[in-house]
Amino acid sequence: MKTNSRPLQTVVFALIALGLIGLALGGYLTPVSRILLNPVISAQNWVTTRYQAAVRLISAPQDTVRLRQRNAELEAEVSRLQAQIIELEQQLSETKILSALVDFARANPENRYQAAAVVARDPSPFMQYVIINRGSDDGLRRGMPVVTAQGLVGRIAAVTAGAARVQLITDPASTVNVHLEPSGAQAVLFGSITAEITLEMIPQSAEVKPGDLVLTSGLGGGFPANILIGQLAGVRSRDQDLFQRATIQSVVDFTHLEIVLVITNFTPIDYSPLISTPQAP
Amino acid sequence: MAVFISIPILGALLVLQSTLITHLNLLHGTADLVLLAIVAWALQKRVQTAWHWCLVGGLMVDIASALPMGVPLLGYTIATALALILRQRVWQVPILAMFIITFVSTIVSQGIAVLALQLIGEPIPMGQSFSLIIVPSTVLNLLFAIPTFALMGDLAKVFYPEELEV
Repeated sequence: MKTNSRPLQTVVFALIALGLIGLALGGYLTPVSRILLNPVISAQNWVTTRYQAAVRLISAPQDTVRLRQRNAELEAEVSRLQAQIIELEQQLSETKILSALVDFARANPENRYQAAAVVARDPSPFMQYVIINRGSDDGLRRGMPVVTAQGLVGRIAAVTAGAARVQLITDPASTVNVHLEPSGAQAVLFGSITAEITLEMIPQSAEVKPGDLVLTSGLGGGFPANILIGQLAGVRSRDQDLFQRATIQSVVDFTHLEIVLVITNFTPIDYSPLISTPQAP
Repeated sequence: MAVFISIPILGALLVLQSTLITHLNLLHGTADLVLLAIVAWALQKRVQTAWHWCLVGGLMVDIASALPMGVPLLGYTIATALALILRQRVWQVPILAMFIITFVSTIVSQGIAVLALQLIGEPIPMGQSFSLIIVPSTVLNLLFAIPTFALMGDLAKVFYPEELEV
C-alpha cells in the first residue's frame, strides 16, 4: 500500500505545483503573494537597515577621514576651476576687444595702428589723462591720435621710452574740431572737469538735432578727419547767442578704457608759426 | 634708511592711487594716498625725515601727473609744514591733528592745483571744482586718514623705536 501511495503523492504534488505556477504566471496569485511577501520584505528591510547602520558605525571614522580628504581635494579643484574661469573670462573679454580693434583697423586701412593697454589714470582728479604701456620705443610720438573701435579717445600728450600719457577728449584743456552729420556744420568740442563733452560754436544757421553724428573734421591738423566721437544728446539754441551749443553722448566709455589704438602714421600739423602775432614796435 | 624706504612705499601708494583709487570716486573727487602718507609720516612723534618724504612724494606725483610741474610738490610742502607745526602743538592727540591736517591740506593742495591750471589758461571753474572735486576729495581723504595714520604709526615704530628708560 505504501509503495503505491508515494508515486500518487508525487503526482499530486507535481500537479499542485504546476497549478500554482500556472496561477502565478496567470497573475492570479499576486494578491496572495503580496500578503505573504510584504512581511518578509519589511523584515528584510528592517534587518538590512540595521546592518548598514552597524557597518557605518564601525567604519565611520575611516570614511570621515577619507571624505574630508576628498572634500578638501574637491574644494581645491573648485578654487582652481574658478580661477581658471576668471582667467578665461578675462581672456575672452580681451579677445573681444582685440577682435573689435582688428575689425576697426581693417575698416580703416589707410591708417597704421599700434595697440596699447591702458595701465593707469592721472592721479589728479582735475586731469583727464590715461597712461598707456607703449612709448617712443614702439614708434609713438607726441600728438598722435588715440582711438578705440568705437571712436576717438584723445591724443598723446607726453611720451617716455616705454609709456605714453594720453590726453582724453574729456579733459578740460582738450579741444577738437568736428563736423556734424548730416548737416555738415562745423563746431568745436570741449572737455570739462566733470568729463562731459560739449559742442560749442555751432552756427545759428545750422540745422542740428539730437541724434546727429559728431565726427572729427580734420581742421587744425590735430586729428585725422571722420573719426566718430558720438551723437548729439541735446541742443541749446537761443536767439541772442551767436552760436548754438550742444551736449554729446560719447561712443567711447572713458571709465572702462582697456585697450586703445594709436594711429602712428598721422603727424599732427603745428601751424602756430603761421599765425601772425602783433609785434611790439 | 627711513628716507630710502619712502621710495618703494610712496611708489606703491602712487601705483594704487593711479590704478584703483581713481576708480573709487565720490562725485569727481578721489583720495590722495601720497598726501595722506606724507602727512601721517610727518605727524609721527620721532620722525625726522618728513621733508625727505615730502620731496620724494612730490617729485613722484609731479612725474606721474599731467598737472603743471611743481604743483603737487608745492601742495605737499605746505601740508608737511602744517603737519610739523601742528605736531608740536597737539602732539598728545595725533589722530586729531591728522584729521585737521588732512582737511586743510587737501583743500590747500587741490586749491593750488586749480589756481595753477587757471593761471596757464585752462578753463577750470572754481565753484564747480570746489563742489565736485575738492569737497568730495576731502571727504575721501578723511575716510582714508585713519588707516593711513595707523599704518604709518607702525612703520615709524620700526624705524624710530621708543627709547626705554632704565
